[in-house]
Amino acid sequence: MPQLGFLPRRACAALLSQMLRPPRAACLPAVCCHSQVAEVMLTSQLKPHQEKPNFIIKTPKGTRDLSPQQMVVREKILDMVISCFKRHGAQGLDTPAFELKETLTEKYNEQSGLIYDLEDQGGELLSLRYDLTVPFARYLAMNKLKKMKRYQVGKVWRRESPTIVQGRYREFYQCDFDIAGQFDPMIPDAECLKIMCEILSGLQLGDFLIKVNDRRIVDGIFAVCGVPESKFRTICASMDKLDKISWKDVRHEMVAKKGLAPEVADRIGDYVQHHGGISLVEQMLQDPRLSQSEQALEGLKSLKLLFEYLTLFRITEKTFGEKVRTTETQVFVATPQKNFLQERLKLIAELWDAGIKAEMLYKNDPKLLTQLHYCENTGIPLVVIIGEQEQQEGVIKLRSVATREEVIKREHLVAEIQRRVSQP
Amino acid sequence: MANCASLEELVRLQGEHVRSLKQQKANAEQIEEEVAKLLKLKAQLGPDESKQKFVLKTPKGTRDYSPRQMAVREKVFDVIIRCFKRHGAEVIDTPVFELKETLTGKYGEDSKLIYDLKDQGGELLSLRYDLTVPFARYLAMNKLTNIKRYHIAKVYRRDNPAMTRGRYREFYQCDFDIAGQFDPMIPDAECLKIMCEILGSLQIGDFLVKVNDRRILDGMFAICGVPDSKFRTICSSVDKLDKVSWEDVKNEMVGEKGLDPEVADRIGDYVQKHGGVSLVEQLLQDPKLSQNKQALGGLGDLKLLFEYLTLFGIADKISFDLSLARGLDYYTGVIYEAVLLQTPTQAGEEPLGVGSVAAGGRYDGLVGMFDPKGRKVPCVGLSIGVERIFSIVEQRLEASEEKVRTTETQVLVASAQKKLLEERLKLVSELWDAGIKAELLYKKNPKLLNQLQYCEEAGIPLVAIIGEQELKDGVIKLRSVASREEVDVRREDLVEEIRRRTSQPLCIC
Repeated sequence: MPQLGFLPRRACAALLSQMLRPPRAACLPAVCCHSQVAEVMLTSQLKPHQEKPNFIIKTPKGTRDLSPQQMVVREKILDMVISCFKRHGAQGLDTPAFELKETLTEKYNEQSGLIYDLEDQGGELLSLRYDLTVPFARYLAMNKLKKMKRYQVGKVWRRESPTIVQGRYREFYQCDFDIAGQFDPMIPDAECLKIMCEILSGLQLGDFLIKVNDRRIVDGIFAVCGVPESKFRTICASMDKLDKISWKDVRHEMVAKKGLAPEVADRIGDYVQHHGGISLVEQMLQDPRLSQSEQALEGLKSLKLLFEYLTLFRITEKTFGEKVRTTETQVFVATPQKNFLQERLKLIAELWDAGIKAEMLYKNDPKLLTQLHYCENTGIPLVVIIGEQEQQEGVIKLRSVATREEVIKREHLVAEIQRRVSQP
Repeated sequence: MANCASLEELVRLQGEHVRSLKQQKANAEQIEEEVAKLLKLKAQLGPDESKQKFVLKTPKGTRDYSPRQMAVREKVFDVIIRCFKRHGAEVIDTPVFELKETLTGKYGEDSKLIYDLKDQGGELLSLRYDLTVPFARYLAMNKLTNIKRYHIAKVYRRDNPAMTRGRYREFYQCDFDIAGQFDPMIPDAECLKIMCEILGSLQIGDFLVKVNDRRILDGMFAICGVPDSKFRTICSSVDKLDKVSWEDVKNEMVGEKGLDPEVADRIGDYVQKHGGVSLVEQLLQDPKLSQNKQALGGLGDLKLLFEYLTLFGIADKISFDLSLARGLDYYTGVIYEAVLLQTPTQAGEEPLGVGSVAAGGRYDGLVGMFDPKGRKVPCVGLSIGVERIFSIVEQRLEASEEKVRTTETQVLVASAQKKLLEERLKLVSELWDAGIKAELLYKKNPKLLNQLQYCEEAGIPLVAIIGEQELKDGVIKLRSVASREEVDVRREDLVEEIRRRTSQPLCIC
């Protein structure tokens, strides 16, 4: 072991800096010992303004400074986000960077290892906030508030493995908007989605899609498919990976790693690969197996109401399954009736002859919801619905897939379709 | 109940079991199963008790900013940032914590007030104590030789908080600094000009800026006979002269810090002096002080500074005060502190007390402490103590009974009749898409009176009332909440009319 003794200041610092950076495999207790000694030596021998650094200057792992150029970008974005929140009548709120440790650890069972704790320096035990939601709940309870529409923009801290390339840091901003309070169902929920659309559109990052689901539907699906309750959350976590990996891989994980029965996994697979608009909701409401679950029915009804409001907010096309159209079909010919194949064929031929791009399902007796579902998935904007009653009265239902119904006389159909598709 | 008690015990044990599994990094599936068991147990406790109790307070010395306080804060920051921008500053941001070693050895006696993060196996970290050391670190890290920057952010000090005086453990600082080698005293003068502009614009009352210089202080101590080793500690005693009498300060220096009484008396002769540029000239003539090179350097710079401050039109706000010492270790030249002369109070209320609302100085050696080659980048800057300013502005607003709005909503979309939710949703969406700040009540069939009351409480100036007849006629009733006057507006003209009445600029957010 090298002599520490009384060395010239510079040599001392150099020697110590060697000792303070041993190879990773070296015993840590020894390093601790050395660094304590180093501290003592440096502060006693060097005057404060003459201290020479023996470390690399950097920001802590997973954090970064923002240069003036980066600040310009950030301020523009935050300005736009806050404007939107204010436009919807939200009040601003700010909470401290740290909370009492107990406030946080009780709420974050799963993530408690990722919370930054403050050192016990003789006072209260504190931790840096992990998100803005728990502080919000604490604020509401503390001030005995029953209603509040608030936004909060602030930094949060998580001791995760940072991946700078993917923009994942240990210190990062969150912009939260929340509506607390008992209100008539789904109106505040719809406003939250409206806000998301306004912001994402306003930032001009490109096309986007908002996926919507309901916890009760998920749990309902699991229940009717036969997932044991104790496995609900872990199967949920597997399912969540479907946006990154294929169903095949997700299914494999469920069966092989989480011990789910293969038939159960297959039943789940039948449901979870669906996405679409309001017609999917209606379709699932009629699903014989799923309607055995009260939970799922509740969730589906809520979603149905939500979609009605989103339609009035004119954002339903942002919540559809497919965004990029691969065909140019303008109108779909549908019927709820059985034995109406000939009528569909006749009508579609009329449309084709008039130069209108039209499709129909290659099925004798397709279900109406299946046909509507097809429209939404492929982005067909209009659907013509014919049925016996309409046939007799000489009228046809022409429906914009996004908005509402309209009833048209048959001889006006072509003209009306042409009018609509030539509009922007 | 026996059942409840044993169930709670089970919950507690299961909770500990889960925590220890996680610490041991046990198999993920196993952890999931145990967590599921825990949740099931908790659910059995019953709806009320399975709700985890919140400890309903913020940590000592910290506070939430309510919407009302946010509104005040926004106004104050607006004034400050406009001033910084007017003087050509860029803005940066740094992380809330630094490597512990970055902060070590920079704050002298105040180092014990630093919040450390727990050693959780990674780097040792501490919460930033101010914005100046991070700034110096930023300069050294990016090898910058000059920059003019402002930075507004929270800092953390394990102080003894005196919340009524606006003194917290977590609080905002608004810093402005000029880094770089320039001709003497011009940037220093600009800093003082900025301080005066900001404090003037905020209209928080009359203020005074005390100015001194570290070299004058050190020189003065030297010629009075203060031993080198006691410089810093005597400095912090002298610093208390704005709050405590000279007698008490002298007692502390002699009684607690072991200073020779004659030395203390000699100090007393100087530190009770304050004045304008004439005091500078007087001291330049002082036989003892003029023997000290350090002091001479400081006095010369102050003389130059006063010339520039006169040209900036603020000399009458500046006082050369020999008792100004400032706690921080890193100042090397001019130091300054702004105090309010009297805080405006309501009759019979306790004044907030005299305290500094802004401070700063020159620190030429700090960046060099970070640079591996010890390269120096001279800096001078200021920090606005906004928390105290927030308190004052809040008090002032309360006294004036001026209504502070916590939202900026311009119009509430309402209906007088039932079954008009859809129409309200459509209309409010149109308004949002046109950039109008609008709200609606989250009720299918709200009463008109409730909607009007909501507007009054929130300070919303306009109501757009939808009615069945009006829908058929293609109009919306636009009502002014203040005057209660209503007028029918064509739906297509509504946006324009709202903009006109709220004098909203035409751009859409």
